[in-house]
Amino acid sequence: MTHISVTVDGIHRHGEVEPRRLLVHWLRDDLGLVGTPIGCDTSNCGACTVLIDGRSAQSCSVLAVQVDGKEVTTIQGLAGEGEWHPVQKAFKECHGLQCGYCTPGMVLASVDLLNENPNPTEDEVRHGLEGNLCRCTGYHNIVKAVLTASAEMRGEGA
Amino acid sequence: MTATDDRPATAIGSPIRRKEDARLLTGKTNWTDNIQLPGTLHMATVRSPLAHARITNIDTTAAMDVDGVVHVFTGADFPDLVGSTCVWPVTDDIKTAVMPAICKDKVNFAGDVVAIVLATDRYTAYDAASLVDVDYEPMRAVVDMELALAEGSTIVHEDFGTNASYTMHVPFGDDYAATAAKADVVVKRRFINQRLIPNTMETRSVVAAPAVGMADEITVWSATQIPHVLRVLLALTTGIPENHLRVVAPDVGGGFGAKLQINREEILATVLAKQLGRPIKWSESRSEHFVSTHHGRDQIQDIEIAATSDGTILGLKVELLADMGAYLQIITPGTPLLGMFMFPAIYKMQAYDFTCTGVYTNKTPTDAYRGAGRPEATYAIERIVDELAAEIGMEPMELRKKNWIKHEEFPYTTVATLTYDTGNYEAATARAMELFGYDEMRAEQKARREAGDPVQLGIGISTFTEMCGLAPSRTLGALKYVAGGWEHCTIRALPTGKIELITGTSPHGQGHETAWSQIASDIIGVPVDDIEVVHGDTGRAPYGMDTYGSRSLAVGGQAIKLAGERLVEKAKVIAAHQLEVSVDDVDFSAGTYSVKGDPEKSTTIQAVAFEAFTAHNLPDGVEPTLSGESTVDPVDFSYPHGTHLAAMEVDTETGQVTLRKYVCVDDCGVQINPMIVEGQVHGGLAQGIAQALFEGALYDAEGNLLTGSMGDYLLPSAADLPSFITDQTVTPSTTHPLGTKGIGEAGAIASTPAIINGVVDAIRHLGVNDVFMPASPQNVWRALQNAQKGGAA
Repeated sequence: MTHISVTVDGIHRHGEVEPRRLLVHWLRDDLGLVGTPIGCDTSNCGACTVLIDGRSAQSCSVLAVQVDGKEVTTIQGLAGEGEWHPVQKAFKECHGLQCGYCTPGMVLASVDLLNENPNPTEDEVRHGLEGNLCRCTGYHNIVKAVLTASAEMRGEGA
Repeated sequence: MTATDDRPATAIGSPIRRKEDARLLTGKTNWTDNIQLPGTLHMATVRSPLAHARITNIDTTAAMDVDGVVHVFTGADFPDLVGSTCVWPVTDDIKTAVMPAICKDKVNFAGDVVAIVLATDRYTAYDAASLVDVDYEPMRAVVDMELALAEGSTIVHEDFGTNASYTMHVPFGDDYAATAAKADVVVKRRFINQRLIPNTMETRSVVAAPAVGMADEITVWSATQIPHVLRVLLALTTGIPENHLRVVAPDVGGGFGAKLQINREEILATVLAKQLGRPIKWSESRSEHFVSTHHGRDQIQDIEIAATSDGTILGLKVELLADMGAYLQIITPGTPLLGMFMFPAIYKMQAYDFTCTGVYTNKTPTDAYRGAGRPEATYAIERIVDELAAEIGMEPMELRKKNWIKHEEFPYTTVATLTYDTGNYEAATARAMELFGYDEMRAEQKARREAGDPVQLGIGISTFTEMCGLAPSRTLGALKYVAGGWEHCTIRALPTGKIELITGTSPHGQGHETAWSQIASDIIGVPVDDIEVVHGDTGRAPYGMDTYGSRSLAVGGQAIKLAGERLVEKAKVIAAHQLEVSVDDVDFSAGTYSVKGDPEKSTTIQAVAFEAFTAHNLPDGVEPTLSGESTVDPVDFSYPHGTHLAAMEVDTETGQVTLRKYVCVDDCGVQINPMIVEGQVHGGLAQGIAQALFEGALYDAEGNLLTGSMGDYLLPSAADLPSFITDQTVTPSTTHPLGTKGIGEAGAIASTPAIINGVVDAIRHLGVNDVFMPASPQNVWRALQNAQKGGAA
């Protein structure tokens, strides 16, 4: 067992974990932060995406011990209690989700994308979200949501 | 009108933003895998790596020795427990292979379960499962349907002596052979509708546990589309009395038919929770999903169309081989038959001959996948109509116009005996052609052909209809389906004025909480936000037939309307009493009861709800409490339709296909929430386009799934698809009191043939008349090469 100390959604957390324990299992099973879902076991779908020190990463492809000393943000801590990030608001406004299973990962990947490229084209959004699969929306409204959030965050919202 | 309004003048028809989104966007969701109960035992499965083999020995010693392992079970522990059940034995002489909960002597597909491990945590269970040592004696695998039916083939289920599960032959209308003999032209094609793997983003998952404080009750949470049906089937398969079972579908992450099933993991978890008195939890890994959740489609379609030389369709002959896989699950044999009625589609003809043979193979069982039988039928008819057009040298849209049912001819009874209530193919087509720029696109196609451009342009057409609203119960009975097709709703006005709408539908992404609130809001006149929709729990919503086949609004919507009206009627009697006038002198509008001619004298439905609760001053003979209840058996199916157009670019040198533009105009009748309708269309399009361009399950000759991961099976990402151009026409249904039809599957049904018709249209002048799906560069290039050599695709 290895001791880790991680800031998760702004709260300092300690844990004793097996070196092989995946970050997503530590979050879900040990911390009870079940807002981050698991969509695959092969790092293909992106459903489990979180931010590690501000950059998106698939929490099923990261060991819990690898985030020792780092800052992890999940969908549950993206905005303050009762508040929503502009990307979350845009997803609702644009109907960018249906079953919602890919949504936490999709939102966090979008946040990272917009941090890196605050004014993306449709094509850049589509390629930027390539690592996150959705089976319900056909991506049409997800792309629309990210472009809407982008305008909003740049102060150009309608 | 904005989303924040309490209640628009009419909620029906407004693009109200979804109630569901608040929890889904903030991670406050309740997926089955989120459920963590004290004392849980985690179940892991040991699956056969071989498609067809005898089990000669199983050694569980090493697995049992792992610290934390509580039990290891093999087939010998549950010799009589089934792993699924088929509720649709389509013919009297059908041969039904029943999936065992755990295989005893023989495995029949790669992924069949041979043992299960129960341990105190997930990791330990997986570790131990890898230590179960199984000896197999490999057998020849049956993979190809035609070889399976050939003389001397290995037989999957030896007792049957054949790999044919059933053959169903139904002649409709005039005799096809006689009709074809009189025809000027008969076009025959073989289409392959390939096997697909559903890949819901949430895989299957189940938790079964003894209910706290309820001596005999087992609660089963499952990522299912069908909690009500599942409860009945769990009772029948486990022997646990139905009234001791509560099934809950919490938040469910997509279904598409893949969660319209009863699975061995659900049966085992339920039995073990009862037997061991502890919670049992199993969550499918994605790798397991690829082999263990049922697959979809998989038909070989021999299609023949007979017509006159001027393009009048006379008859259609359909011969199907449908791959059942290794066992018959819930509606495995019936899935292709859902398509039986839809092959003639929107076209008038005199003769139609349908035959389907269900074939056993050593592969994962097939069952419903978005559209279930109807996409396969639509693919075949829309493809063969294009082939007929090419054969007689007619513009494919003109051929369709010549043969489709004119809007003034509805209601129209088709050769397949269905009566389509309404439709307006002319209007949807005209709008689609306008949005698409049809004539300009044809001009560009001509120019590119003449210039010999290496990148050719094709126009793909699909003028589809489908059958929604499963289903009138008597019709289901006549088809040998063992259940009914009704739906239930109870609407309760609570003492504090809040509304509880209890539905038997079970959403998994469709937004029922929002849409059902909109319907009820209009009928009983309370704000959308004051209505709570309760679903997916046999304890709280006891009656229901669940969600599949675009039935939730088509059938469930009728029950909501009637339940609301009954509530309003009962409240009116109480209101009249309170207002001291006769019932006939009371008007009801927007939640308020007022005296005719004296509107100041009024009361609200909320006030009446409180009166009904206190019961201090109710009229004689009126029972306390205020609710309305309805169980509706639909009088008929409904028939949404639409016109889909795809501009396809094909690089003739590399086979690369690009979807340049996609336009669709759908007609699903009256829309409750146009935003949700459009979203359903988008998602369906992505799945249908994916069948045409990207997805396909491949097996090797030994029955190994070669496309067993998201790395090998191409699920489209955002980068693989364009934005879609969508629009609607509205032709209200006359069989539904709200005028609605259904929209959940339309996109998936219509888009596949539109894409392939477009690909073929781009390269038909090079001698190509078919391209195998998915139309990958390899498959397109091969079709081009074969055409050059003078062969067909």
